[in-house]
Amino acid sequence: MSQHTLSVLVNNHPGLLSKVSGLFSRRSFNIDSLAVGICEIPDCSRMTIVVNGDEAMVDQVIKQLDKLIDVIEIEHLPVQNSVFREMVLAKVAVEANQRTELLQIAEIFRAKIVDVSLHHITLELTGQADKISGFLNLLEDFKILRIVRTGTIAVPRFEEI
Amino acid sequence: MQVSGAQAMVQALEQAGVTTIFGYPGAAIAPFYDALVDSNMRHVLTRNEQGAAHAASGYARARQVTGVCVVTSGPGATNVITGIATAYMDSIPLVIISGQVMTDLIGSDSFQEVDITGATSPFTKHNYLVKSAQDLPRIFQEAFYLASTGRPGPVLIDVPQDIQMAIFEYEKPEAVHLPGYRLITEANPEQLLAVKAQLEQAKAPIICVGGGVLSSNATQELMQLAQSCQIPVVTTMMGISAIPFDHPLYLGTLGSHGIFAANYALNKADLVMLVGARVGNRAMGSAQEIARRAQIVHIDIDPAEIGKNIKPHTAIVADAKSALAGLLALNPQTDTSEWVATVTAIKADHQLPDKPAAASATIYPPTLMRILGELAGPDAIVTTEVGQNQIWAANHYPFRKPHTFITSGGMGTMGYGLPSSLGAKVGCPELPVIAVSGDGSFQMSLQELGTVKQEKAAVKFVLLNNSRLGMVHEIQSIRYKRYSQVFLEENPDFEKLAAAYGFGYSKIHSNDQIEAAVRIMLDTPGPYLLECQIDPHEPTLYPVRKEEKG
Repeated sequence: MSQHTLSVLVNNHPGLLSKVSGLFSRRSFNIDSLAVGICEIPDCSRMTIVVNGDEAMVDQVIKQLDKLIDVIEIEHLPVQNSVFREMVLAKVAVEANQRTELLQIAEIFRAKIVDVSLHHITLELTGQADKISGFLNLLEDFKILRIVRTGTIAVPRFEEI
Repeated sequence: MQVSGAQAMVQALEQAGVTTIFGYPGAAIAPFYDALVDSNMRHVLTRNEQGAAHAASGYARARQVTGVCVVTSGPGATNVITGIATAYMDSIPLVIISGQVMTDLIGSDSFQEVDITGATSPFTKHNYLVKSAQDLPRIFQEAFYLASTGRPGPVLIDVPQDIQMAIFEYEKPEAVHLPGYRLITEANPEQLLAVKAQLEQAKAPIICVGGGVLSSNATQELMQLAQSCQIPVVTTMMGISAIPFDHPLYLGTLGSHGIFAANYALNKADLVMLVGARVGNRAMGSAQEIARRAQIVHIDIDPAEIGKNIKPHTAIVADAKSALAGLLALNPQTDTSEWVATVTAIKADHQLPDKPAAASATIYPPTLMRILGELAGPDAIVTTEVGQNQIWAANHYPFRKPHTFITSGGMGTMGYGLPSSLGAKVGCPELPVIAVSGDGSFQMSLQELGTVKQEKAAVKFVLLNNSRLGMVHEIQSIRYKRYSQVFLEENPDFEKLAAAYGFGYSKIHSNDQIEAAVRIMLDTPGPYLLECQIDPHEPTLYPVRKEEKG
């Protein structure tokens, strides 16, 4: 079992997201994350889907996705040769005596402070999923009020010619 | 030209070459039904929307065209779901048109509103919720294209009532452009060469034929390849009728309820060439074991079938006709004489059970099927329900011509046989159509007898009556050693039922009555019900020898 990232170009119309997510649940494919947004092609969206499974399962995921008429193109992104990013917003309750420590952690990870009040700080961090997870591990010493993650988006690197 | 959405829908059907549709009206589809008055298309009014979908499916299979059914919103749409799923599992081309509530009411839980595109997306090839009347010509054109090309399947178009009433300037749609629909039909020459090499090394090959061989009309190519390379042929339930029942190389149907020689060959083969078959668990329960023992060649038009249920050593993604013709052209040189002798001997040693047409207390179904086939002739179309009746028809009816067997293979839908026989008869009025059923399944779409009467469809119903749900009864007797909810003690008087609809009727209980009764049934004009009393303990699973298991 390993993670595979698929970049999927789809027709941008309502109902498609449920067709894609329904496909995963009814065929028992394990989905780790799904991120979707409009892209450079008019009337199309690009989905980044991270699935967990063996080669045979990923092969089936790709073929079954390809059967959806509104799926135009599927790219299985190479782990070594792609850029992966995820964003997290972490809202943390913090008293005065803990504030410095939290800000140090934020600095190490280059997280941004996007909101602050007397008793809480909201941090924003972008990076690969393992960096986000490392950051969230360190936040466990604090009282976390809310975590929001986007799921991975990814793009293949330019290939040197 | 200014047209209404409903007129555009009717026009699109006519342009797709549709001459007959099956359906049931209601408020949300009323504008379409109004426009239909001005069309020459025949509309068959069924008694339930599920019957409309099954009848359209029977029509599509008998005529080898795309079947069309039309239903209203809400309960009309949900009733048709079983028919859609049945067609999807058997890859039958259907276009289903459903009315939908007014666009501005969608999402408000309005009267007779249901999310039918959401509900059917797992078992439609594609579906549409129409947002603008201008889109109708394009969407209809795409729907017929999608339903009938590649791996066929059902496509649903949900049309809100206001879209049907909208007036717009009709423009002929451009050619179908679907960048997300990749159609591979021609076999790749390199893959063909690889299969040829494998075939030439095989000492004990078999060809396993599925429904894809029938839907691509590849039966001639199949028989030529089997003959020229001397490869025995087995079929799945959906592949029945692709090769004549008495062809020397045909061994029978696979599966737990299949034929001994076919299962034997599958288990002893050193190469299994699957053609248009998806290795369903009913046909090949131990697929992984077979793949360990034998070389697997998989030919299918749907790339997703390759590797789904069995991992092949070689695969060809193509139309079965193109792949088989391509293989034939390569003229593979095989030596299978020993193997053919072995399996032919096995087939001869395990003759199908049969009984002489002598006096008996009950009708023996295998004998009934044989005589039916002999008297109805090679062109007769047979539909079945699901249960013991399906197994007896599949194993014992002598099918000689392609597309003469219409059954629910994948879904196993009881209530399919009666309405699909109606559709087949409407589609092929010149051919005899026989609907085989049990007393349980006959009653599952019983209301469609009304449609049969109204359409004067001369279907011959052969009802195997054992006053119970025979297949479940048989399973319970073997596995559970007691019975639960399988007895239909208060069946209606089928003679009076036939009389109520004005159908011919007779009842037989002895094998020596079969021939005369079948002759009378076939010679009597109009619909006919032949009730056959069978032994409630008649099995479909015959005692097997130890070697057959596994």
